[in-house]
Formats: sequence, C-alpha cells, structure tokens
Amino acid sequence: MVRKEWENYSHPADMGIRGYGATKEIAFSNAAVALTAVITEPRNVQPKEMVEIECEESDLELLFACWINALIYEMSTRRMLFARFEVELKDNKLSAKAWGEQIDVSRHRPVVEVKAATFSDLKVKQGGNGQWVAQCIVDV
Amino acid sequence: MYSEKLKKENDFQWYIDPVGEMNVRVVIYADKQLVKEMDEKVYEQAANVSKLPGIVKASYAMPDAHWGYGFPIGGVAAFDAEKGGVISAGGVGFDIACGVRSLVTGLSTEDIEGVKEQLADKLAHHIPAGLGSTGKLHLSRNEIEKMLQGGSRWAVEKGYGTKEDLLHTEEGGQMSGAKPGYVSEKAKNRQQDQVGTLGSGNHYLEVQKVTDIYNKNIAAAFGLEVNDIVVSIHCGSRGLGHQIGTDYLPQMARGAGASGIRLPERELACAPITSELGKRYFGAMNCGVNCAVANRQVLTSLTREVFGKLLPKAELKLLYDVSHNTCKVEEHSVGGRKRRLYVHRKGATRAFAPGEASLPEDLKAVGQPVLIGGTMGTASYILAGTKEGMELAFGSCCHGAGRVMSRTKAKRRWYGENVVKVLAGKGILIRGASMPGVAEEAPGAYKDVTAVVNVTHKARLANKVARLEPMICVKG
Repeated sequence: MVRKEWENYSHPADMGIRGYGATKEIAFSNAAVALTAVITEPRNVQPKEMVEIECEESDLELLFACWINALIYEMSTRRMLFARFEVELKDNKLSAKAWGEQIDVSRHRPVVEVKAATFSDLKVKQGGNGQWVAQCIVDV
Repeated sequence: MYSEKLKKENDFQWYIDPVGEMNVRVVIYADKQLVKEMDEKVYEQAANVSKLPGIVKASYAMPDAHWGYGFPIGGVAAFDAEKGGVISAGGVGFDIACGVRSLVTGLSTEDIEGVKEQLADKLAHHIPAGLGSTGKLHLSRNEIEKMLQGGSRWAVEKGYGTKEDLLHTEEGGQMSGAKPGYVSEKAKNRQQDQVGTLGSGNHYLEVQKVTDIYNKNIAAAFGLEVNDIVVSIHCGSRGLGHQIGTDYLPQMARGAGASGIRLPERELACAPITSELGKRYFGAMNCGVNCAVANRQVLTSLTREVFGKLLPKAELKLLYDVSHNTCKVEEHSVGGRKRRLYVHRKGATRAFAPGEASLPEDLKAVGQPVLIGGTMGTASYILAGTKEGMELAFGSCCHGAGRVMSRTKAKRRWYGENVVKVLAGKGILIRGASMPGVAEEAPGAYKDVTAVVNVTHKARLANKVARLEPMICVKG
C-alpha cells in the first residue's frame, strides 16, 4: 500500500493542510506540498529556482506555522510557487530549501491566494505507528 | 456542549449564561432555523471569547455567524482597557479591515443592458485580480509609510478620488493611531505592488441593480431607487494586513502566559490593551485599516475610469465604505455610563444609529449605511444602523451570507465553467481570474443571505433598506 504523503482537508470557511512522514522533517515538507495544492496542482510546478528559508520559534507547533507562513511570504513577494522541499529541524529551529518557479497564470491556473497559516487545528505529533503528522488550517 | 445550554430570549435572540471561566454571557442573534443550522463550534468559540479578560456585557454572534478560528466569523466583543481588557489579533483576523464599499452611479438598468458584455470585459481587464496580480502603483518605502498613515486620504491626495469619498468612509478614510514603525519590513514588502488589487477568494467587484426598496425614506437619503445601478467592491488590506496578523499572532500567543492570560485556544492570542505588545499591535492594525481603505479607494478610481470611457454620463458617488474585520475604539453607553471600549468585529459590520457624531451630515438623520455582500448568484443588501442596535451589540450587525460548505466540497460539486454558464443564463456575467476559484465561491456554498438579512432586520440590529442583484461580477 502506498502511504498518503499529504492531503487537504475541509474547514467550513477555509482549508486544512496536512503532511505525513516517517520523520517530522518529512511531515513538514509534505505539508508544504499540501499548501501548494491549495493553490494549484503541485505536479505542474517545476523546481527551477531554490529559495532558502530559516525559522525559529518557541515550540514545534508554532515553528510549523512559522514555516508555512515563511513559504506564503516567499510566494507572495517573489511571485513563485514551490514544489519540492528539504527541511532540517534542530531545537525548534528550521532551515529549509524550497524549489519552485515563477507563477504562470495560464499554466498554473491558481485557484486562490493563501493569506496565512492559522493556529486552528495546529498540530505536530507522532502517532502510535511512529508516523509524524503536521497540520493546520490556512486562511484563504 | 454549549448548544445544550442555549436559551431563548425572544424569536431573534438567544443566550448562554456564563458557566465556568466565562466572564459574561454569549448572545446570539438568529431565528430558530439559523440556530438549527449553526455549527456547534460557533457556540464554543463565542463562549471562549467570553472568557477573555475585561470583556464587557456579552460575547455576541451575528446571524451569519460560522466557525472561524479563535473568534467565530460574525463575532463581536468589546473590551475595557481600565478593566484589564485585551486586544486580540485573532479577534481581527488576517484580512484586517476587509470590507465593502458601494457606489451609486446615476445609471439605471437600461443604460447598461446594451454594453454589459463590454463593461464586464473592460472591468476584468482594468481591475487587477487573482493570485500574483500587481497594481499599477509600485510604492517606494517612503510612499508606503505615507499610505499607512493616510489611508484613503493619501489615495485622494494622489488623485485617486474626491474629498466627498472621504466623508463617506468610516473615520473619514483615515484611521488615527496608525504607527508604520510597528509594521514589519516583511509586511511592507508584501504590499509594495499590491495597492489597487482585488485579491482572490471571496473578494469581488460587482455591478448590481436595485430590485427592491424596503424603506423609502432611508433609500432616498442613500440615493437609491429601483432599477438603479450600483457598484460594490469587496476586498481588504491585501498582503500587508495578512503579514501583520502573521507577525503579531505568535507574539501574542507566546506573551499571553506572561501577562497572566489563559488562552482557551491559541488562535485567541491577545495582549492587555495597555501593554507594550497591545499598543504595538493596535498601531500596526490601524495601518492595516488605512491600507484597506486606500486599496478600495484606488480600485474605486480604476472603476471610475472604466465607466467614464464607456458610459460618460455615469457619475460614481461613494455611498459608504465599511470594514468588517476590525478593532476600533468607540464610546458606548453601558448601564447608563459612557465607556471607552475596544470593539472587535470579526466578520461583523459596524452599524451606527442615526445621530451618531461620526456620521457625515447627509447620513446623520437616517443612520450609517451597512453593506452586506451576498454571493455572485444571489443578492446583496443595503441596510442602515438603528438606535436599538447600539444597545444590542455595540452598533454591529452581520457582514454577509456566511459559508455552509467547505471549499473542497464546493470544488467537488461544481465546475467553475458550469457555474459561469448557469449564471449567464440568469443574466449574470462572471469574469473570474480562476475557474476553480469560481467553483469554490459557487452560490450554493453559502447560507441564504436573505434569511440572514431578515433576521438582522427583525432582531433590530439594522433596518433593511434595499436589495441588489448582481449583473456583472469580477472575481479575484
């Protein structure tokens, strides 16, 4: 069975993003793919340019929100979409690389702009099977 | 389950008495049907708000209330700084001062029938909308600071409107207490190319026709008659507001414990009004308000350019501009005593009564116009503030229809192209930057705006004045 890597889930007004992984780093990366999926089909985004991202927070959950918000900031100011991620976590510090490309409206057909990661349903946890989950609701 | 504790005050007002850590009661304005449809989360979230320090009178939910994050959408709560009251970034939301403005045009339906397609195309072409779109203004850092201080006034000084526009915007188009120094560089970076853009999601520009008038006196004062054409613009503070929320929410979440505030959930992140963090957020949030009104002012100017070329006899006058995600300092009478309160309205519209000092002279006799956006296939409404509303909910009422269906479900159920076709059959032209985006905003994904507005009227939060139907809708 192929294990699900990420998903979008329902919220009455907004959208949930959720990433799974054998490590929390992978769960963070996969949740970032779920973020892109709110906007466009991630498979249509080419990993042409790399952007480095650093975050620091007081706990792992706030760090996850910080990571998603950092991506939203880079998408907004660079007018980019991201498809591939590498995340390193150490002591509530994150350093990551995100690969993507400039938004091409006709090819990416972006559905909606994401305003921010909220703290609603914000969770980073390890399940009984050892699998990590990182999730939150994003405001669109 | 808070819903089990719900008691009926009258047909349009319900309440939950304080239990546990609740400081005040929860008051919900709704009829039996809307109560039945209301998510359990609304009660829970409104009850959580009632637990925050310094809350005055009650935690209110408007008839369109739905599950938000922290505060319910459609939540109203006022806090007293002298009683340890708080200011909450979660109580304002990420889209600071998202709001609606409506312009009367001096045109009637027959004036635009022949040029409707052309008008729709030209508006869609001229108004930047959707993800990644940029405005024609590219602001230097110095100019951004001026915009954050000046709001609509800055835009009018730049030539994007008239002095009369300012009179018909809340706070005269310029929120005092804006402190650009408390707005991060990141927030300013996000905004430098976004002034004069519509955004996406539920934001729109609509050309509407007045189909019904419910109150002739007030409608006459607003300059509205049946068959009149009105333009309404719904959008907010764009990237700047989103980033201010993003910057302050974690600071408030981390700082709450140090201030002795126990947060029922993290999204209710707040700080004492008198604290350094509270003051900084207030200064930054006021910049967000100014950014939003400046943005709607520039969009107004772009709309006037399109109408001016295609329909030279049109004269687009601003009826009013209301923001529905705000925290404002207002004086309200509580138990016969005037108190200075920080009124949070999260997805709720200010609805001030006739005679209120802040209203412009031509509206003073009838009350503040309240602009309620519906969906692209149904209707929008114009209401007016009432005297009773000042007592009922600090002069506040609903803000829109409120979603009933998630975006994922809406996208599974409808195709944007089909929604556009069906609406075209009803004479409504949709111009959208994104077809899946149109599907997410399909009319069926929302509550019945008419039911929400009727309850708002019957609960006496605001007076129904006019109903409008869309003819053209430019979606973000």
